[in-house]
Amino acid sequence: MKLDSRIPSGPIQQKWDKCKFDMKLVNPANKRKHTIIVVGSGLAGGAAAASLGELGYNVKCFCFQDSPRRAHSIAAQGGINAAKNYQNDGDSVYRLFYDTVKGGDFRAREANVYRLAQISVNIIDQCAAQGVPFAREYGGLLANRSFGGAQVSRTFYARGQTGQQLLLGCYQALERQVSTGRVKMYARTEMLELIVIDGKARGIVTRDLVTGAMETHLADTVVLATGGYGNVFYLSTNAKGSNTTAIWRAHKKGALFANPCFTQIHPTCIPVSGDYQSKLTLMSESLRNDGRIWVPREKGDKRKADQIPEAGRDYYLERRYPSFGNLVPRDVASRAAKAVCDEGRGVGETGLGVYLDFSDSIRRLGQNVIAERYGNLFEMYERITGDDPYRVPMRIFPAIHYTMGGLWVDYRLMSTIPGLFVLGEANFSDHGANRLGASALMQGLADGYFVLPYTVGDYLANTKLEKVGADHTEVKRAEQEASAQIEKLLAIKGKRSADSLHREAGKLMWEYCGMARNAKGLEYAEGKLAELTEEFWRNVSVPGSGQELNQSLEKAGRVADFLELAQLMCRDARERNESCGGHFREEFQTPEGEAMRNDDEYCYAAAWQWQGKGKAHVLHKEPLAFEHVHLTQRSYK
Amino acid sequence: MEMNLTLHVWRQASASASGKLVAYKIRANEHMSFLEMLDVLNEELTGRGEDPVAFDHDCREGICGSCGFMINGIAHGPLPGTTVCQLHMRHFKNGDELWLEPWRAAAFPVVKDLVVDRGAFDRLISAGGYISVAPGSAPDANAVPVPKKDADLAMDAAQCIGCGACVAACPNASASLFLSAKVSHLGLLPQGQPERLERVRKMVAQANGEMFGSCTNIGECEAVCPKHIRIEFIARLNRDYLKASWLYRKEAASGGE
Repeated sequence: MKLDSRIPSGPIQQKWDKCKFDMKLVNPANKRKHTIIVVGSGLAGGAAAASLGELGYNVKCFCFQDSPRRAHSIAAQGGINAAKNYQNDGDSVYRLFYDTVKGGDFRAREANVYRLAQISVNIIDQCAAQGVPFAREYGGLLANRSFGGAQVSRTFYARGQTGQQLLLGCYQALERQVSTGRVKMYARTEMLELIVIDGKARGIVTRDLVTGAMETHLADTVVLATGGYGNVFYLSTNAKGSNTTAIWRAHKKGALFANPCFTQIHPTCIPVSGDYQSKLTLMSESLRNDGRIWVPREKGDKRKADQIPEAGRDYYLERRYPSFGNLVPRDVASRAAKAVCDEGRGVGETGLGVYLDFSDSIRRLGQNVIAERYGNLFEMYERITGDDPYRVPMRIFPAIHYTMGGLWVDYRLMSTIPGLFVLGEANFSDHGANRLGASALMQGLADGYFVLPYTVGDYLANTKLEKVGADHTEVKRAEQEASAQIEKLLAIKGKRSADSLHREAGKLMWEYCGMARNAKGLEYAEGKLAELTEEFWRNVSVPGSGQELNQSLEKAGRVADFLELAQLMCRDARERNESCGGHFREEFQTPEGEAMRNDDEYCYAAAWQWQGKGKAHVLHKEPLAFEHVHLTQRSYK
Repeated sequence: MEMNLTLHVWRQASASASGKLVAYKIRANEHMSFLEMLDVLNEELTGRGEDPVAFDHDCREGICGSCGFMINGIAHGPLPGTTVCQLHMRHFKNGDELWLEPWRAAAFPVVKDLVVDRGAFDRLISAGGYISVAPGSAPDANAVPVPKKDADLAMDAAQCIGCGACVAACPNASASLFLSAKVSHLGLLPQGQPERLERVRKMVAQANGEMFGSCTNIGECEAVCPKHIRIEFIARLNRDYLKASWLYRKEAASGGE
């Protein structure tokens, strides 16, 4: 299979303009004759559904939550990047592009990233006009802050709830389209199968999570914007319901899955406190500006933090990276924390934690200044842990936060199945092997508001779509597959809950396919995951029936997909014999323990093709060319 | 610290079935969140082949607004400014007896156990809780300055997570705090002015049609709101509504809408 990325020719600055001009348009009067399915209602899906409705298409939008306003985009804290250069500090579209490609450790597609940087400026305009209450200066103009991986202030924010405010803006635009009748919203509805007819995506099979009713929805094109798959690790900063089912089932129908092993681990999360733990909570990266990270010098030192004298402390980031200190990038900080915990020097009851200590800053600046900067975060920390970070150091540990991998898409965001578009975190295209802070919100909205509405029109205008009815054999087959899986899950009546199997698989993934990986461990994990998958289909317990609200059944279906995806992630990580961004292979590091890329052999996106149950995936490669940002090794010493 | 608790949980199979409180004994740990304690209960129930307790939840960080139920008659439980997912067991003590019930409001019918249907909130937003702006038509973001104090106050209102605690706590099951948060958020910004009066009129009309009650200034909503949305926003709602009603009549009399 040849992967055609359909990158327009010409200078990078003009590619998107050229593409927009070359694309065909759908006559306004014809738009309402086209039905478009959008699965997911976060920043990417919600923005897409609202924009397509505004254009006049007939849109059906689906989400598993009880309202589109609850999509997980809502939890993003820090901000959204845009190359506005409002601060007059030297920012530009080119600089945002450059920072993003470099931050992604040279594993993203240059043309896509350039377009993202171009569109970033329109997003801020759009959101401000929608009434997003961005932070402002006294003069009434927009405020900015700095974020990791950049030397300019280009991050727009709404307190610590930027994702919430952007999503509510998008949700309101979506609800406005609902009121006009152009968008029909299906909440508490989960996509279970993709319907592919004559090689094109033509619909989905869904389950109404309240009544259990299976429904078929046919359309001219299908858009997936269902987010990332970080919950494959069980414990992550993702919402409990975030899952891979929509993209995984599409993958099994022919959409290639790219770079599945590229996952981002965030260094500052509240550590696990016990076996019952259900999720991990992020503490904003900004805390590392004033907090110092340390562990006891001696292993097994169980003294309280304030009883350990200065000489007994190891400020390991400051020691190993004197020039960047506590502000090294996310991947570097995470790996260093793991290393000291592996040595037995971790803190807290579980030994899986390091201190983030504000006592020096409080002495230097006063408690008021620290409270002003981080008050709400300190409050959240205290609410969860019961410790007061003004008096005792915070305990933090890295956690899975974001997945850069996803379904492979071309420049127009179309997957390898014609008519199946994939947006936001669900696709793979823009962040390479590591995403910079405040770029996820930017990508979701860029895809939804400003890319898809153009590219979907071109597809519809250029494609001859036969009329299909509900009695088509492929429709029947998809319905039958979806129902059969539900019946099978209910019939096993085993001894273990889906949660317990998920937790076990997640531990394996964290241990062997997490912050540091090696070929032997990955191979071992793959084998163990295959065993767990076998046990799942023999021994899972799903109480209740399929004709009601059954949260155990929902979980079981999602865990079944996570188990298959987990094996592919290990395979992908094992195949990539280099370290880059969030993917750190222990065999490939510099003598100082830093990531070592291998651009000669691995400068490509790995796109995996499903071959059928029990058969090994086949790898296809999309070579990546870096014509504008030249390949260099990162260093933070 | 470990603790033994008795939970009386509202069990109701479906919207049409009748429900009842069922008692469960549970061993909890002080570091657990309230929902993690329910996860443990559900694992035990699943192990015994019984139907686990259904409850809505998603982000477990207090921002998505999915979770929420009554604990001993208080929406989201005893800790102020906290959703039930962020409420930890260290605020309870060994031997406590807790009664868990779903939001009770005619506009929020029970779906199952502690899960209710809050679709009415979406319909309120759909009725007018937005600013109409098509992608591509926005002016430069800095072309419209917004005084900082207005932006900050708008943000205070915009923090609403739509959990429904205000409705559940209100003796009238009024949605006034929810409505007022959106009307104030958009009404405080210059971008929200063109549709300001139309918005409030349509949203209030929708609320009346959704079986929400009227506001009688009791203040329970503010007390339980996990995001500290203030009751003074209801004053803004009322003022805008009064003005909108007045102008609307005039418009109708002169052959308007």
